[in-house]
Amino acid sequence: MTLRKYLVLVSVTICAAVGETLLSRGMKQIGNISLRHLPTVIFAVTNPWVALGILFLLGFFVTYNTALSWADLTYVLPATSLSYVLLAFIARFMLHEEISATRWIGILLISSGVGFVTQGPARTETTEAPGQRTPEAVGTGNKS
Amino acid sequence: MTPLYTWGAILLIVLASTTGDILMSHVMKQVGDVHSVARNSGFFAVVRRVLGNPLFFVGIAALAVAFYALLFGLSWNDVSLIGPAAAALTFVTNAIAAKIFLHERVDRRRWIAALLIAAGVVLLAV
Repeated sequence: MTLRKYLVLVSVTICAAVGETLLSRGMKQIGNISLRHLPTVIFAVTNPWVALGILFLLGFFVTYNTALSWADLTYVLPATSLSYVLLAFIARFMLHEEISATRWIGILLISSGVGFVTQGPARTETTEAPGQRTPEAVGTGNKS
Repeated sequence: MTPLYTWGAILLIVLASTTGDILMSHVMKQVGDVHSVARNSGFFAVVRRVLGNPLFFVGIAALAVAFYALLFGLSWNDVSLIGPAAAALTFVTNAIAAKIFLHERVDRRRWIAALLIAAGVVLLAV
């Protein structure tokens, strides 16, 4: 794992939390959508908050897929789950919600889970040892 | 809105996003490390490899279903319920699916991480 790869994982984390916050805010403005008025959900993307949220989620998608190109799904998902902690802190400082003791325990559990998985190898290795992959080997990793 | 609608949306998000995640992971593994591919063959080689894989679009479709289910869900209930509930379940379903379909070595460390995080996400919603 290089610094660049950690930065990709951090970008995934931030984009996910900010994107979801913006979406939530936009959908609250739009209000309940009835199943009989399905087109409303299509036009939801014209709401500025939803649009900005989608932009962040696009950033999430690109960085997330980049991470998946060199790491296992069961590594990337836990490693970027600090976004839920970030989501809680955004709620605390933007929406002025209190963080209860239960939520602090939740934050602690997530953080320890992240610590757990990032101590291990990022990828299931079939031929090479973890961290021993040469650029050439990685570049031709087009096995099917 | 009734809890049934909310949990229906959550179930749909979990199924669709697990399908999408597995497909995306599969496609990106076939593409190879994008930094190296871009360095060796140029940025457009990455784009060609990704867009040239039909499974990429199936994955996009699955993620689009998950996204719209999330939008519906968010309009019916709080993000503090739907987000964590769907995410917590998806951590567990993804670990199972990655082991079965992607043949990832989901060792004890990863199971513990997935369960710790799923539990933590649930506690955040309480």
